[in-house]
Amino acid sequence: MSAFSAIGEEAEIDREEFTPGIEPQATWCPGCGDFGVLKALKQAAPEVGLTPDEILLVTGIGCSGKLNSYFDSYGYHSIHGRALPVARASKLANPGLTVLAAGGDGDGYGIGGNHFMHTARENHDMVYIVFNNEIFGLTKGQTSPTSPKGHKSKTQPQGSAKDPVRPLSLGLTSGASYIARTAAVNPRQAGEILAEAIEHDGFAHIDFLTQCPTWNKDAKQYVPYVDVQDSDDYDFDVHDRREAAEMMQETEDVLNEGTVLTGRFYVEEDRPSYQQEKIDQGQMPEEPLAERYFDDDAEWERTADELIARHR
Amino acid sequence: MTDTELIWRLAGGSGDGMDSTGQAFEKALMRMGLSVFSHRHYPSRIRGGHTYFEVRAGPEKVRSRGDGYNFLLALGDSFARNPQEDQPAYYGEEEVKPLSENLDDLREGGVIVYDEGMLDDEDIADIELDERAEENDWHVYPIDLRTIAREHGREIMRNTAGVGATAALIGMDTEPVEQLMEGRMSDEILEDNLTVLEEAYDQVAEMDHTHDLEVPEGSHEADQVLVSGSQAVAYGALDAGCRFIAGYPMTPWTDVFTIMSQNLPAFGGIAEQVEDEIAAASLAIGASHAGAKAMSGSSGGGFALMSEPLGLAEMTETPIVLVEAMRAGPSTGMPTKPEQGDLEHVLYTSQGDSNRVVFAPGTVEECYEQARDAFHVAYDYQIPVTLVIDQKLSGEITNVDEALFDREPDPSLGSVLTEAEVAEASHHESGVFDRYQYDPENDDGVSPRSIPGQQDGRFLATGNEHTPQGHIEEDPDNRVFQMDRRMRKLESIREELADFRNPHDSFYGPDDAEYGIMTWGSQQGTVEEAVDRLNDGGHSVKALSVSDLMPYPKEEVTDLLESVEECLVVEMNASAQFRGLTQKELGRFGEKLSSLLKYNGNPFEPAEIVEGFEIQVNGGGEAPSAQTRIEPATGD
Repeated sequence: MSAFSAIGEEAEIDREEFTPGIEPQATWCPGCGDFGVLKALKQAAPEVGLTPDEILLVTGIGCSGKLNSYFDSYGYHSIHGRALPVARASKLANPGLTVLAAGGDGDGYGIGGNHFMHTARENHDMVYIVFNNEIFGLTKGQTSPTSPKGHKSKTQPQGSAKDPVRPLSLGLTSGASYIARTAAVNPRQAGEILAEAIEHDGFAHIDFLTQCPTWNKDAKQYVPYVDVQDSDDYDFDVHDRREAAEMMQETEDVLNEGTVLTGRFYVEEDRPSYQQEKIDQGQMPEEPLAERYFDDDAEWERTADELIARHR
Repeated sequence: MTDTELIWRLAGGSGDGMDSTGQAFEKALMRMGLSVFSHRHYPSRIRGGHTYFEVRAGPEKVRSRGDGYNFLLALGDSFARNPQEDQPAYYGEEEVKPLSENLDDLREGGVIVYDEGMLDDEDIADIELDERAEENDWHVYPIDLRTIAREHGREIMRNTAGVGATAALIGMDTEPVEQLMEGRMSDEILEDNLTVLEEAYDQVAEMDHTHDLEVPEGSHEADQVLVSGSQAVAYGALDAGCRFIAGYPMTPWTDVFTIMSQNLPAFGGIAEQVEDEIAAASLAIGASHAGAKAMSGSSGGGFALMSEPLGLAEMTETPIVLVEAMRAGPSTGMPTKPEQGDLEHVLYTSQGDSNRVVFAPGTVEECYEQARDAFHVAYDYQIPVTLVIDQKLSGEITNVDEALFDREPDPSLGSVLTEAEVAEASHHESGVFDRYQYDPENDDGVSPRSIPGQQDGRFLATGNEHTPQGHIEEDPDNRVFQMDRRMRKLESIREELADFRNPHDSFYGPDDAEYGIMTWGSQQGTVEEAVDRLNDGGHSVKALSVSDLMPYPKEEVTDLLESVEECLVVEMNASAQFRGLTQKELGRFGEKLSSLLKYNGNPFEPAEIVEGFEIQVNGGGEAPSAQTRIEPATGD
């Protein structure tokens, strides 16, 4: 019998059950794109049959880091840039958990860029939502890794001389097996993509355009948006790495010219997740490690039996 | 210094198999009933460079390296030699270094065996070996080990030939060596190695011997096993139920990481080599949060990267165990040399008030015990525990009672609730579990946790200050309650540590001694040997070796310092960090505490402590002859 009965329990619950009684109302600025992520998450979680006690939502620091203050599940609000290493170890220790990680564009593509690259290449079975508002919001409007070239801020008074990070391409070359971009201004698509991402068996990277009306663009600037799957202007195979790469390049190029392309950009279904690879190679127990600590009948190996003989 | 001990130094090139040959020889001595202790010295280089493996063996428990040594087996550095015989060596004079670099430490009357096949007469003349041998009464045996190896096996078997030569010179039975070879070599090479061993033995046995040194005799009262500090740390972790490690390679931490990674899959655990040390510590936190006993670790530079996750573990009260295997700093420092310069780093790194536990085991046995204790304390009190070792302790290998390991495993997650207990536990009206309760009745400060996936156990863990449910809160009353509760855990731990079955803080020497010596961590055995010598020489000295650095054992140290006239604090760093900690914790005794410091990359020898003590007791004016420094007491 599992020590974690919340896991796997099929339940039909209302999205409002994910609204915490302690902080039911988020304190983001009016018009902030972050509300769109919260809404999409509350839509996706019940849709895929999840309940609050089987989700671990790990966040970084910034406005995005408050996501788990406003979403009722197990939460771990970690440190700047480090949501992914915390999240992926939780998943390895108990693969039964649904692990979601979230952070901003500075968090994921800047200070935590190394973790993003490696978590993606290892293909951990989890969702990573990057709130991409092209700015540092909570620290009051500094240039971020996704700010366009020439972007002026208090810390870049003459305008950024740097080209922005290409988030989707970065996810692809790093090894993410599901890559999508959605926008707060399109909650229906965002909810669908999040549900797909949760059900995807591998690392799902969602670059989520979340307007920051206080320090950067307001919602109007992400409208109109185009869903590349619905548009006749774009034709590429989402399962083909090369075609996906080209489509991503174009998407990244045109964003700052005012064309907002969204949708699924890459989906690789047959690649095993990291935990599966490790189990297949005998590097990880088949039964979740966390279960063993609650099993009173578990036999624990002793160095005296297994290792000491070679020291005689 | 006694005549009944053998201190055998095997010198050669890094990558020439010094470690495996040395360890096999050490184990053979242990099997013959001797107590053994080894010390290794190596450069930060993959191949070539001067390296040695030193084994000290005697009938009584050996706790330290000795003062110098009495048998040199100089094999020559195969990577320094150019295979084109008529070409000069690759690295200048390095070919002769296994011989020349070791002469300064060789005791009077010592024995030298060098590989005549590797060094020509000119090399020997250049280092004035004959003159020095005469001066110091050394007994020199040039033997063509290379030719013996080539003729009866392969050139790489020079090490085996050297061991055979050693055995013949000190009257040692080769049977334990042969048995060990049979255990670790494939049939393909075993036969040749046995022949090389025998040939070298026979050839050297027939030579005229001019020295007196013989292998000592001894016997063990209980079954012994040969274990290193790193192995003991790893085995303690495994027996404490640790089944998750994340790390990034860095010398000397890599040893513990490697041993854990090699064994965890068979123990049903998970090992992760990750992108950097920030990730490594963060993974340990994530695994622990999800219900596993988890560890990470590094050496100084990598541990610096763990600062922020370490603080996160303190604030979220996520139990983790970290290992810090120190090497000489600052910065890259001397990567393969020991130092105890990271004490303050380990105690205070990360923002805010430290809320952690730090143990520094002093011996291989303590490495095992304190690794177990580290997990026990971390998981019972939901607090990060760091085990501080160093390059010396990590790499030293000694015999310990096999019974040390014959213990029940301890897989308890400590202060964790089961799902049934969660159902009964206090919840906020919104349904969130009260993970961080402050109850004035709760003396130890620990508030039990739930584990993700448990029904109705959900809560928020955050590095921000938080309410009992983990939600972010900056209310002053809540802040003070939560801070006080977390800090209270340290007092609870201090009380529990005082009752631990094996004292972390070891007293040594007569209770009523006039003077004291204090040390911490890896210098324990060397200090104890120095105390014996000082007392044998008419002084009245006792020692205290401290392992508990946070929380600090105030009572024990106060008792010691009140009972002595003066106390010399011995540590391997330049700024007397442990003495500083002692004065900070106790707020007095400044006039009684002087320091003996060493930071040249080599651990203390017992004689250096004896000398330092004598100088200090005589007023401290004299300069030590060794590369050590005396830092006088306040007011001296």
